[in-house]
Amino acid sequence: MIVSRREKIIGRTILVVLMLVTVLPFVSLFVTALHESGSYPQGIEWPETPHWENFVLAFQSADMFRLLGSSILIELGVVPAAVLLATLAGFGLGHLKPVGARAVFIVFILGLTLPFEGIITPLYFQIRDLGILNTRWAIILPLIGLFMPFAVTWMRANFATIPRELSEAARVDGASTWHLFWRIHIPLSVPAISSLAILLFLWTWNQFLLAIVLVADPAQRTMAGALGAFQGRYGTDIPLLCAGSLLILTPTLIVFLLFQRKFVSALLQGSLKG
Amino acid sequence: MPAPTSAVPAPGLGGDARPRRPSSGSRARSRHRRLGGDLLAYALVAPAALFYAFFVLRPIVTSAQYSFYDWNGVSTATWVGFDNYVAVLSEPKLVGAILNAFELILYFSIVPVGLALVAANLIRSIAASRLATAARTVLFIPQVIPLVAAGIIWSWQLSSDGLVNQILRAVGLDAVTRAWLGDFGTALPAVGVIGAWVQVGLCLVLILSGMTRIDASLYEAARLDGAGPVREFFSITLPGVRQEIAICVTVTVISALASFDIIYVATQGGPGNRTLVPGLQIFYLAFFEREIGTASAFSIVLMALVIAVVLPLQRLLRGRES
Repeated sequence: MIVSRREKIIGRTILVVLMLVTVLPFVSLFVTALHESGSYPQGIEWPETPHWENFVLAFQSADMFRLLGSSILIELGVVPAAVLLATLAGFGLGHLKPVGARAVFIVFILGLTLPFEGIITPLYFQIRDLGILNTRWAIILPLIGLFMPFAVTWMRANFATIPRELSEAARVDGASTWHLFWRIHIPLSVPAISSLAILLFLWTWNQFLLAIVLVADPAQRTMAGALGAFQGRYGTDIPLLCAGSLLILTPTLIVFLLFQRKFVSALLQGSLKG
Repeated sequence: MPAPTSAVPAPGLGGDARPRRPSSGSRARSRHRRLGGDLLAYALVAPAALFYAFFVLRPIVTSAQYSFYDWNGVSTATWVGFDNYVAVLSEPKLVGAILNAFELILYFSIVPVGLALVAANLIRSIAASRLATAARTVLFIPQVIPLVAAGIIWSWQLSSDGLVNQILRAVGLDAVTRAWLGDFGTALPAVGVIGAWVQVGLCLVLILSGMTRIDASLYEAARLDGAGPVREFFSITLPGVRQEIAICVTVTVISALASFDIIYVATQGGPGNRTLVPGLQIFYLAFFEREIGTASAFSIVLMALVIAVVLPLQRLLRGRES
């Protein structure tokens, strides 16, 4: 491609500006967190004496260990179950294609654009009647259901693209449906399944609405829900709020930076199909 | 695992309407096998379908049912017909929330997609460089953190002592500094900035990946024919990334119409309902004002709105492909 030097310089400058706009708020958050608790610092201003103890303070008042534990328990309840259900249903709809599969699939697709706010009111009463309000199940069970439209669409698309000849060859060799599923389709679907797991992990971790409506105790919520409660309690103490927010963000950022390639490609594919 | 293990397969449609595959067995046998296969397929679909039906479809139906009643969640409900819908579509506060959501489309969708398109076009030539790879990671961070966190981070940046005003003062624009989220005139655009900040990275990376798939020889040919950068953009680049634009627009428009998290932490709908949006209004109606009927009617309206906006968009932007 013909690329002039000027084009390269313009491109570089724009990238750097965009990256700065993305990163500066985090820098401001970090610097502010080092100011004296209760003070009103400026946007970005290095404090005279950095108050590192704010992080310890925020760690204790946010009860970070319990929050992490709670989020992990919710993840364990949601992600494996949702991935398993979607994989089975995706195989059923995408490979076995029973009579009426199209109609069933369309019903799932209808849920793709559903805003969670649309069903939160009746969901509250439903969860209350089940007697699981204010427990982690109140987040886990509905989330599995709410993830199904996307997850089933995703896994169906995956199984539908696996070459038919492969399955037919296996059938001719006398393979059972179970054998076909477990020995041929699943190994070929590992990338799709792991991307799905990453997306569901992220969406569960960041789920806010269900957490604040269905669970009153922040220590039983997701990370995002706990962050909302933390803001409610320490909203006026800006350095402490910044320290707490950073702490709550840290696990996500670490996981993201560790698996960034996988994350980026999963999110890209996720929006392509979503 | 909470999944029901003894799943009852959904009823198949009985009749065998599809074209038969060539089969070696007798007709009856293949029909029998076909039926068995269908049963198995539905048994596999059933657990997912049950969760979906119980936690998504059922609440939608209940929502529709509640929407015709006046109910505070405790006492007996009274039938009010379409009154709740009339309220949603006529009370200034509720209509205002819907209008705000549409204004948010400008900031959550049009601005980031437009920005991403221009930026992607300008950095196309260095898309494979090390800087661009680093940018891909950095620009994705807002997509990964919870929206609540984005809201908290930015309420601090947009406050009177925040980074935005600090920068404005530094360049001598003291006159325009203000508490951006607390000002009647700027609160909604300020919330929009937060949304744009979250979305622009995803749009950029998505559109850029579309651009790198465009055949480079097209550009060479255009340049040899003397086409300028503008002409090049409209006749090669834009058609080439049409699909990616469609996705960006759909995802961001939904995020605007269904916004909740960012506004909940940044403004709670204020000042004076200036940033009230349907999601937040439903939340307040249902859990603070105890107007379950109105909240449900608003939910139905919101779901209908999202579908009414997204379906034509899909047609318009994707339809003429293939």
